[in-house]
Amino acid sequence: MDAFTKWTAKAAPIDAANVDTDQIIPAPFLSRIRTEGYEGLLFYRVRRKADGEMDPDFILNRDDFKDAGILVADRNFGCGSSRENAAWTLVDNGIRSVIAPSFGDIHYNNEMNNGMVPVMLDAGICADLRRQLHANPGAEITVDLERNVVVAPDGKEHAFTIPAFNRERLLKGLDDVSFTLEQESDIAAYEAKRRDEADWLFE
Amino acid sequence: MAPAKTMFAKLWDAHVVLERDDGQTLLYIDRHLCHDGSRQGFSKLKDQGRKVRRPDLTFASPDHYRPTDVKSVAEIQDDKMRAILEELSANAERFGIHHFGLDSGMDGIAHVVGPELGITLPGISLVCGDSHTATHGALGAFAFGIGASEVAHVFATQTLWQKKPKAMRVTVDGKLGFGVSGKDVILAIIGQISAAGATGHAVEYAGSAIRGLDMEGRMTVCNMTIEAGGRAGMIAPDETTFDYCNGRMFAPKGEKWDKALAYWQTLPSDDGAEFDTEATVDGNAIAPMVTWGTSPENVVPVTEAVPDPANEPDPVRRKTQEGSLDYMGLKPGTPMTDIAVDKVFIGSCTNARIEDLRIAAKVAKGRRAQVRTLVVPGSQQVKREAEAEGLDKVFTDAGMEWREPGCSMCVGMNGDLLEPGERSASTSNRNFMGRQGEGGRTHLVGPAMAAAASVSGHFADVRQLMEGSN
Ligand code: SF4
Repeated sequence: MDAFTKWTAKAAPIDAANVDTDQIIPAPFLSRIRTEGYEGLLFYRVRRKADGEMDPDFILNRDDFKDAGILVADRNFGCGSSRENAAWTLVDNGIRSVIAPSFGDIHYNNEMNNGMVPVMLDAGICADLRRQLHANPGAEITVDLERNVVVAPDGKEHAFTIPAFNRERLLKGLDDVSFTLEQESDIAAYEAKRRDEADWLFE
Repeated sequence: MAPAKTMFAKLWDAHVVLERDDGQTLLYIDRHLCHDGSRQGFSKLKDQGRKVRRPDLTFASPDHYRPTDVKSVAEIQDDKMRAILEELSANAERFGIHHFGLDSGMDGIAHVVGPELGITLPGISLVCGDSHTATHGALGAFAFGIGASEVAHVFATQTLWQKKPKAMRVTVDGKLGFGVSGKDVILAIIGQISAAGATGHAVEYAGSAIRGLDMEGRMTVCNMTIEAGGRAGMIAPDETTFDYCNGRMFAPKGEKWDKALAYWQTLPSDDGAEFDTEATVDGNAIAPMVTWGTSPENVVPVTEAVPDPANEPDPVRRKTQEGSLDYMGLKPGTPMTDIAVDKVFIGSCTNARIEDLRIAAKVAKGRRAQVRTLVVPGSQQVKREAEAEGLDKVFTDAGMEWREPGCSMCVGMNGDLLEPGERSASTSNRNFMGRQGEGGRTHLVGPAMAAAASVSGHFADVRQLMEGSN
């Protein structure tokens, strides 16, 4: 996993609420293994018209936004299916951070487990950021994880929080499993206690 | 006296391995369910050169990619789907986990198989790499869906790092009317609190209307917690729960049963326990529900019409509603009962248990399907039970298709699909754009309402259809 310290990139406004993970990556692509990559698949159907042609009005199809590295969305981004493929698709298409008033819980974790920083900011601030991006297509936003701030196109800074545990792992690009395995004695102690107190759980 | 605790707090506390100063908690996982879509988690585990720590607590059943017209893996025509099911068998063998393959007589959708085999029990923590894992909370468990990295983490460590969600209680008091099921209850709840109404929360469903539901109905309610944004859904275990668990294959027996039961009886929330968020819904007022848009929160009683987004005060909701109507090809003001359907799907982890099939069969009996209708039982066990009761015959006599168990048209990964522009009445849980096939238009309903739509060719109020028959 790549470390995340500070990320400055063009940002694209995604105006709809409840952008679900089926929209980010439709089911027919889920059987692709990770190493095949997910380039070119972001919002596969939403960005096309019924006849399969690219919809020139879809924000990420517009020249100013097509190489965006940050999305500013509305509430409940990434709701729905647990498919981690949604986070892979965002990362493989250059998106390292999504800013939104709220996220689907599972997708929120999936982003962090793939070196992305999901930023939660007030709905009003998100709406204002989207307005700025519509007014200045191609404008950049910075997500600074070391200082826990977002720098908006107008230069204003907005503080955000992210669980300290995940922040540490993101800053260092560490994978959880090796860290957890260092807690082996605690896990073993818990297992012994469980076998003792809740023997009905085991054959 | 100890402070009053919610059931969720009791479940959480019982599974803490360690808690860091920042509140991040390492939780122990009692049961891990996998399915054919968990392959990405297995790949990660293999790449890291690790083993499954507790194969005895890990259970797998193929569901997502399983075609519903074959009885064995060898018969699967599509090479990709066959390979995916073979991969699950191979992984199960390699890591020594329980596997309910197509030849086991026990396969089916993971969320149907878990409870019916007694893998899911009150008081446990359970995860699965699938967002509808909240289903299992209906038994009084803490159950939640996870992503592939987390699946690999649970394989390797039998634990997960979690931040404690907030506690929410949704109370539904009253008596549900004739023809109103668990599906209508949860759709009414989501319509009221929105698709993000429970985000960041573990939700306990309480109240007399919830206690009056059978286990199948409770599972339907908990199943769609994720559609309200909730991390987990749960219902306090009671006699209904204990009767359901007793005698199931993996459930405790003899002295262990007695010990378990004594513990389970301590699980319900204490009187006076405080919740971070509360909502109440009037159970007496719930009617059979139908969704009209592309989010489960876009829902109305079948007696109403497609709403006019112009009346929606929240600008975000209005815009989303307009987009929904456009995609769904619907005009504001159209009575729901005027909307014709092209296909009907009765199945999925939301509504493919025996009670669901019984109620659908009651409506189908002596009538004819007007459109193509797939009835897909949730598991082999459900299928056998239904066949023993002659339900399969009722469906096929009505011209409906009786299929092998799996996720099927809920997600359209196994070849059961909507064509572009086609409209379904579906007992599944998601009406997202393209969920049942590119350009497909999904309306979510309960099983009785799905059967009513099938025999009418359009949405119909099942209460009118069944008048005088109850
Ligand atoms: S039936 Fe549908 S929602 Fe349930 S596990 Fe299968 S695909 Fe997911």
